[in-house]
Amino acid sequence: MKEIVVISGKGGTGKTSIVSAFASFAENKVLCDADVDAADLHLIMNPTIRERHDFQSGYTAIIHRDKCTECGLCRDLCRWHAISEDFVVDPIECEGCGVCYYFCPEKAIDFPLNTCGEWYISDTRFGPMAHARLGIAEENSGKLVSLIRQQGKVLAEQNNLNLLLTDGPPGIGCPVIASLGGAAAVLIVSEPTVSGRHDMERVAELAAFFRIPSMVCVNKFDLNPEQGEAIEAFARDKNVRVMGRVPFDPVFTRAMVQGQTIAEFDSGSEGCQAVRKIWENLAEDIGI
Amino acid sequence: MIISIASGKGGTGKTTVATNMAVSVGTDVQVLDCDVEEPNAHLFLHPTIEEIQTITTPVPEVDMAKCTLCGKCGEICQFKAIVVIGETVLPFHEMCHSCGGCMEVCPEKAITEAGREMGVIERGHRNGMEFVHGKLRVGEAMSPPLIRKVREYARPGALTIIDAPPGTSCPVIASMKGADFVLLVTEPTPFGLHDLKLAVGAVRILGIPCGLVINRSDMGNDEVWTYARQEGIPILMEIPFDRRIAEVYSRGEMIVEAMPEWKEKFLDLYHRIEKLAA
Repeated sequence: MKEIVVISGKGGTGKTSIVSAFASFAENKVLCDADVDAADLHLIMNPTIRERHDFQSGYTAIIHRDKCTECGLCRDLCRWHAISEDFVVDPIECEGCGVCYYFCPEKAIDFPLNTCGEWYISDTRFGPMAHARLGIAEENSGKLVSLIRQQGKVLAEQNNLNLLLTDGPPGIGCPVIASLGGAAAVLIVSEPTVSGRHDMERVAELAAFFRIPSMVCVNKFDLNPEQGEAIEAFARDKNVRVMGRVPFDPVFTRAMVQGQTIAEFDSGSEGCQAVRKIWENLAEDIGI
Repeated sequence: MIISIASGKGGTGKTTVATNMAVSVGTDVQVLDCDVEEPNAHLFLHPTIEEIQTITTPVPEVDMAKCTLCGKCGEICQFKAIVVIGETVLPFHEMCHSCGGCMEVCPEKAITEAGREMGVIERGHRNGMEFVHGKLRVGEAMSPPLIRKVREYARPGALTIIDAPPGTSCPVIASMKGADFVLLVTEPTPFGLHDLKLAVGAVRILGIPCGLVINRSDMGNDEVWTYARQEGIPILMEIPFDRRIAEVYSRGEMIVEAMPEWKEKFLDLYHRIEKLAA
């Protein structure tokens, strides 16, 4: 079983649209939406949820005012300034470190486990899918990313499927780092803008840091061919394999509005042809 | 006044709105780019950087000459960032949240703190405008501590425009909390609307007034207008898709400079926010 993780650095470059198109082209695969912060793949995959589980992770302190003597030790020790002058914990600021809970001389602080999201095992018209929803303003997105990828692998093994196709998060921080480990390769979807290029360079550096082979494709290439070529030149210089170019094509938005992959919506479109070519290059490259 | 510019979905135009509004207002403005994972505002503002500061977060170091291997440090740590293995104590600096618990609990005072580099903060100016951004070190997982450091540069009395990261989890909260107004930039597509709803949920948890900018307003469907009406969220600006805007952006130029007719619109956006935040 091999896993391809699609990332971008910059948000909104077309990761989910391209993963959806790949879902149309690839055989024997499991889909995984690892952008748990703002998951969108389900809007195209329209999954039928088979299993629903709570995601529990991290703790939050709660002070019981009836036991509290207002000695102030917790406020002195808390580095997050999460405890107010009248000894109420702000759950948004609380880091879940448990220092206040550990040291409270009156044992007036509880430290319950948080339920901070849900994860799902689903069926889609393209095969099984693992996905999740992190609660709004919650932490531990990296742990949920790891969990959902693990579930994707289990699904692949159970169903004897040889590919895990993972829609990754934007950025280079905790959820992205959690989406990289053990992947056969990452595909970086970039765009030919100064920001797309800047962000692609940083995320390519991240993949190299964790020694994950990376590939790149440039979406909306014709918006600025000069920037697009600069991205490809950077890639070649850093041993990032260049997989192809996708033209700017409004058909991507139209397919999304219909809840369809671009291959379902208009398989003859320029955009679809380009993504198909990228898929073929990628499949050949990783040997699936 | 602090205006935080967020979106839920990435690539909807947060940086475009933040930078063009800031340049349109002109004086006594600061831009704080809090998308420290992928900061982009500098690519459009081209500020002159005057100051670079490396930001560190405290992580434990153990003096084995004092350590008795009692294991209390490993017991208090919620993040598995320090463990006793055999005859030694191993701190895992990358996992550490810098709570200071291990140092506090150590009965032998064997733990001191060293710094783990989180990234850098760069500060500078463009004409009269102050610019600050954080750049997370590649490989560093935790962005909120660096975001909070960038926010320390907010000057009371000035107009502070924060460019927030995408998503709705802790880095976004760290970029919105305490703002006077959150401007949400969306696009009228199913992905844009879905993630906008999450972002509105986050803004409501924080209890901050908000308004919408609809970018590429003619590419998609009309559901975002219906949603905004139902939720009573004011639409403060619409930017239709224009290939010239996309190309100006792609080159790292400011829309208000390449297409000056937009300056008045961004200024008007600011004045509408000013009224709503009052």
